[in-house]
Amino acid sequence: MPHQFLTREGTPLPSNVTAQRVMVDNAQWTAIAQHLHDTGACLLTLWGTDDRDRNGLFRIYAAFLISKKVIVLQHALPAGTTVYPALHRWFPVADRLQRAVYDLLGLEADSGGTRPWLQHGGWPEHCFPLRRDVSAATTYPSHPRPYPFVPVTGDGVHEIGVGPVHAGTIEPGHFRFSVVGEKVLRLEQQLGYTHKGVAKRFEALTLQEGHRLAARVSGDSAVAFSWAYCAALEAITDATVSPRTAHLRALALERERIANHLGDLGALGNDAGLAFGLMQFSILKERLLRLNEEAFDQRYLMDYVVPGGVRTDLGHRLVRTLLDESEALERDVSALRVMYDNHAGLQDRFRETGQLTPALAKAHGALGLVARASGIQRDLRIDLPWSPYNDLRPVGALCVDGDVAARVQVRFDEIMESLRLIRMLLERLPDGPIRVDLPSLNFTRLGLGLIEGWRGPVLVALETSAPHDIRRCHVHDPSWQNWPLLEHAIIGNIVPDFPLINKSFNLTYSGHDG
Amino acid sequence: MFDILARIRHTGLLTEELPVHGTSAEALSDLQRKLQSVFVRALRIRHVDAGSCNGCELEINALSNPYYNLEGVGIAFVASPRHADVLLVTGPVSINMEEALRQTYDAMPDPKWVLAIGDCASCGGIFGVSYASRGAIRDVIPVDAVVNGCPPTPLALMLGLLQITRSVRP
Repeated sequence: MPHQFLTREGTPLPSNVTAQRVMVDNAQWTAIAQHLHDTGACLLTLWGTDDRDRNGLFRIYAAFLISKKVIVLQHALPAGTTVYPALHRWFPVADRLQRAVYDLLGLEADSGGTRPWLQHGGWPEHCFPLRRDVSAATTYPSHPRPYPFVPVTGDGVHEIGVGPVHAGTIEPGHFRFSVVGEKVLRLEQQLGYTHKGVAKRFEALTLQEGHRLAARVSGDSAVAFSWAYCAALEAITDATVSPRTAHLRALALERERIANHLGDLGALGNDAGLAFGLMQFSILKERLLRLNEEAFDQRYLMDYVVPGGVRTDLGHRLVRTLLDESEALERDVSALRVMYDNHAGLQDRFRETGQLTPALAKAHGALGLVARASGIQRDLRIDLPWSPYNDLRPVGALCVDGDVAARVQVRFDEIMESLRLIRMLLERLPDGPIRVDLPSLNFTRLGLGLIEGWRGPVLVALETSAPHDIRRCHVHDPSWQNWPLLEHAIIGNIVPDFPLINKSFNLTYSGHDG
Repeated sequence: MFDILARIRHTGLLTEELPVHGTSAEALSDLQRKLQSVFVRALRIRHVDAGSCNGCELEINALSNPYYNLEGVGIAFVASPRHADVLLVTGPVSINMEEALRQTYDAMPDPKWVLAIGDCASCGGIFGVSYASRGAIRDVIPVDAVVNGCPPTPLALMLGLLQITRSVRP
């Protein structure tokens, strides 16, 4: 029944991938979510909007990924109510998302966790900053409240609290370990420390400025987020970017993937006691960043992708330089891979450490490279390819072991594949403009941008307000899905292996906290 | 084992002279001399992310790669604020990190310096001041010098350390 309903009621949603929107009521929301779960869909994200200024209603949206398309359920809550049916029974990631929706907008799931998630006492309890009647400029005194962690009791059980300020140069978050001796019985995360009001901030920007904020949702995924934002905006305005633009964007995205994977592979070697690995991979990463500066004027491509195009073009000489670089990089990474594979001490630390079984990864809707290291073949570049990936036909990496070693292997495989894609992109770089003007808007519209970043699919749901304002912009990083899985992967491991396991996931705090 | 040794030998020494382009030779030796005279080759840095997008962290980490080799000139990152001379702070100060940032600053022994890293730390950047962001670092703890950029390059970060030495009373 829900299947026929979806086919009958689904209307196309502007997006760079195949997407459909379905308007549902309370009962249909639940029935369809259950149906989607039974057919193997995963929940991408959940967000709400305050439309009381338009028709007196709040709306709640859920985006699901099924085999060849994205389905967005849109549910207008009955007037006067702020409660909607919870989704965490089928999609565990919804629990934290539901808590975040409550903290920002005051919409309540009818069951599930009620502890605050992004709200640490920084604004009044019954003030919901994403509501339109709450001014963006208002600030409040902070009254930090203790977070009620789930206690673990038993003979010899004690807690280790870590963070929010960590020992290295990394982002802030709190980890509460319950341990016996060195063995971890339970890890509980408390995130939200870097919440800086991104969603509210978007509403103060114009459509032509939003990509700059999107790029800074998580700095290491700047290309993925800014491309997702621009893809949503271009789909909304029915604009088509030139093939050259699409190629240059993909080039930037694959370079971002390689840069992050190189950094992680070095750090993983270091965390397992092989400083040689960190030095070697950081040399390769530095070379790549320096070439970025030469080719794109920036080491990190924060503002390279812009609405309608890219910021700078690439001359023939640089195309040659980039091709030479990818050859050298392939040689160096292959040589280092052999050393990593043959290093008994390193493999001893990597194997069977932080195991995430395929069954658990599937049940929790894991995304991105974490999923691919646990036997789930899911990659938007392959499953729902947009231009230019529909011509490139990337080959997906896959490993079934789900341990640190598997996440290392997937990174190596993805670097090699990205280098191959980069060569194809450069060799067949089409001529044409690098930027087109976007037509102006005279209507309100919702659009979706979905890009497979280096961590996994990043999503931007953009609602415009004519002629050039952002009415609502929801961004989502796959770390939402993968953070809870880190809590599972650590169980039974020893505390000193946590940095290694954490690094093998390398999730974003900023991208999650928003 | 031998392949690792062979690769180390093949890689050689990549460390560059301190800040390469855009700075005169005198300024370079000046930086080294001041850092050494003030901190006796033992400047210790602690970093706190007060709510950044993680872009600045990537470039701070780059300071430890063989090209910049910050440890080679006696500047090292430490795990505790109690061991630090300088606090590098990134990001606008998120409301949820305000208290942790203050506590970190208070935990540092005197004399101490604070370097605000990046456009957000400098003025709030694109995040500005809102219900969730306090904006610039100087509005929460005292700041001695600022390094602009989004994110600032490793070179800019090293020059920022020079600014710190200028404000040092010998």
